[in-house]
Amino acid sequence: MEYYDALGLEPKLSLDLEDLKQRFYAQSRLWHPDRFIRAEPLERERALDMTAVLNDAFRTLRDPVTRAEYFLKQNGIELSKEPPPELLEEVFDLNLMLEELREGDASVRPDLEAARQRFLGMLEEIDTSQEERFAAYDISHDPVILEEIRGALNRRKYISNLVCDVDKQLNVPIAN
Amino acid sequence: MSPLQIDFGNAPSKIVGIDLGTTNSLIAVMELTGPRILSGIVPSVVSVAPSGEVVAGAPARESLIAHPERAVYSVKRLMGRGLYDIQEELRLFPFHVAEGSESVLKLRLGEAVMTPPEVSAHVLHKLKLDAEAALGQPVAQAVITVPAYFNDAQRQATKDAGRIAGLEVLRLVNEPTAAALAYGLDKRKQGTIAVYDLGGGTFDISILRLHDGIFEVLATNGDTHLGGDDIDHLLLDIALEDIRTEWGEDFSRDSAAVQLLRRAVIKAKEDLSFVPEAAIDLEYAGKRYQRQITIDLFNRLIQPIIERTLTRCRACLADSKLGVEQIDEVVMVGGSTRIPLVRAEVEKLFRARPHTELNPDEVVALGAAVQAGILAGEVKDHLLLDVTPLSLGIETMGGLVSKLIHRNSTIPASATETFTTGVDGQTNVLIHVVQGERELVKDCRSLARFDLKGIAPMPAGMARIEVRFLIDANGILSVTARDLRTGQEHSVEVKPSYGLTDEQVEAMILESFEKAEEDFAARQVREAQVEADAVLSATERARKEPAYFELTEEERGAIDRAVNELLVVYHGDDHALIRAKIDQLDGATQKLAEMIISSAVGTALKAGDTDA
Repeated sequence: MEYYDALGLEPKLSLDLEDLKQRFYAQSRLWHPDRFIRAEPLERERALDMTAVLNDAFRTLRDPVTRAEYFLKQNGIELSKEPPPELLEEVFDLNLMLEELREGDASVRPDLEAARQRFLGMLEEIDTSQEERFAAYDISHDPVILEEIRGALNRRKYISNLVCDVDKQLNVPIAN
Repeated sequence: MSPLQIDFGNAPSKIVGIDLGTTNSLIAVMELTGPRILSGIVPSVVSVAPSGEVVAGAPARESLIAHPERAVYSVKRLMGRGLYDIQEELRLFPFHVAEGSESVLKLRLGEAVMTPPEVSAHVLHKLKLDAEAALGQPVAQAVITVPAYFNDAQRQATKDAGRIAGLEVLRLVNEPTAAALAYGLDKRKQGTIAVYDLGGGTFDISILRLHDGIFEVLATNGDTHLGGDDIDHLLLDIALEDIRTEWGEDFSRDSAAVQLLRRAVIKAKEDLSFVPEAAIDLEYAGKRYQRQITIDLFNRLIQPIIERTLTRCRACLADSKLGVEQIDEVVMVGGSTRIPLVRAEVEKLFRARPHTELNPDEVVALGAAVQAGILAGEVKDHLLLDVTPLSLGIETMGGLVSKLIHRNSTIPASATETFTTGVDGQTNVLIHVVQGERELVKDCRSLARFDLKGIAPMPAGMARIEVRFLIDANGILSVTARDLRTGQEHSVEVKPSYGLTDEQVEAMILESFEKAEEDFAARQVREAQVEADAVLSATERARKEPAYFELTEEERGAIDRAVNELLVVYHGDDHALIRAKIDQLDGATQKLAEMIISSAVGTALKAGDTDA
């Protein structure tokens, strides 16, 4: 896999972030275009391409979510775009509350706040269990685990979108 | 009698670092002892004399008052922008937009018409000449700084300006990052620093992580329309209003008067950094206007401006995913950071004492020189990893933006996207590239539109064209396209939405600075001739000395030959040859010179004896 190759790594889902950073710095020192300013045009172009891939690789791999998405894609697994069925009831209630708030009913605010906290808790839980799946897959290479990871990614994305929507309605400053 | 020998021919050419500022510009170079400013501050002002002669720097600034219609300042505000997005600037600054500025913005200076990159090129050319005089060698390559928050078009325009001025721009460096380089060269090995850069026209905040010589920018934020000029305008508005009521005159249409008042206002603003009360003091047309400004009033006036910078700082911190307590140091850059309230508010926000050891006007140019040293291989073990300030995206259905490269991504950065056709037999696909954070295309800045042409006709959705967007280390976009079915490369002609085409830039190079290189050669010949004159006349005098007749026939012959050979090459255009012949004459006259000196010493001793 290109991104793992760029950093001299075996394709694994669990990564040591400190090691990743050190590799990124070391490769940057080797390939950054600044080092090739007086080189031949072809060599310069190569340095530019290598560095662009290196930067893209580091950015993708340092974040567990984008890392998993990349890993799945490279294994030919498309990400799901369906809303996770187990969340449908929760989302239905949430939309009702959001609707009421939009219509000026501030009394739903505490419930929304509570829902928001619940979602944040779910995200945290997903992230922890995802780390466990990463480690398990790296040992067993069991495709069933990849499917679980795919499901968790989908759930995670959906929930963080919900949190975003709630934040907008509650006017929480968005730190993006 | 030997003049100082400088070898112009073999010295390695230096890469210079340039701070091309809104108000002032500076040029610096890396030396063994560290970065050094090469010449004085050059005001970023250009004027055109009635003779057509273009002047840049301090003399041009003087003509701002005498002939405001022939001069332009703060042109950096217009770089890479179109007529429709500079309406605010036109309201606040006396820019004279020329006719026919719909596609490419042009300014009128007297009879001359120039684009903003051409105006900047004159400032750059002045800096280049100053640097060449200081270094005694030609300067052809440069690192130029830009505000971190500059978009693609503004960066491209800056690069164009360099090219027009006869400089190969090897790298554009973000100003706050340059400042960090200037500060961090011998400082801490690890740590996190924030750079707060409030200049004349722009504000930038960058947060960097230092790691054994690697300067990694984690996040950057800013406002390309926020700076000391805005403070000037607040004071200017007060003064104009006073004058309207006191004198019953509207000054705002008299550009010479406004220029004088602007100076008076700046003086008061600068004084307020040191004293609790200062006066705006203007004498004009036999009348005098005076107005006391207390520091309290001043602070109240500028508080909203400072608050806008602090909002950007908080956003930048959030982007860097760091808390305030994780910032180890804050570096202050830009003249406006001399204002005590700015320092106090920044200190309060970051809970760290701001660094102000280096002159805030010079620190960016010094950092540019450090980066030049890195590129030249003179500064080892240092490396700058910067980010793109704005997200890059393409227009999708319904005028929405699909983001391809997110802001604060380390550059170079790339993204690939596959496009297909929507209609049977379609042979081209139109792609619109935008930059910005908003969801709708109309709220972002249009960077370029291009047409993927020559797609083989086939049913809709069958074609697969892979387009690669690449942001280089200067923060400038390039695009390549490949047909995935045939592997064939597609030509991509990116037409900038604002700015100059390559051909236009080429034409400007020819128009303005065609003779720039020749100029330097001619100057070197003139310098060599001046030196030859000195050596020849010294030789002429020496020939009348008694010592001359003590030389052997052969020695006198060698001198005659050397003189003749120098005279032969004197009117040629090869300065190196003239210098070689000067050296030859120096050699031939060395013994004579020694004899004259020792006889002069002897005479002096004898004279001393007589006196005693």
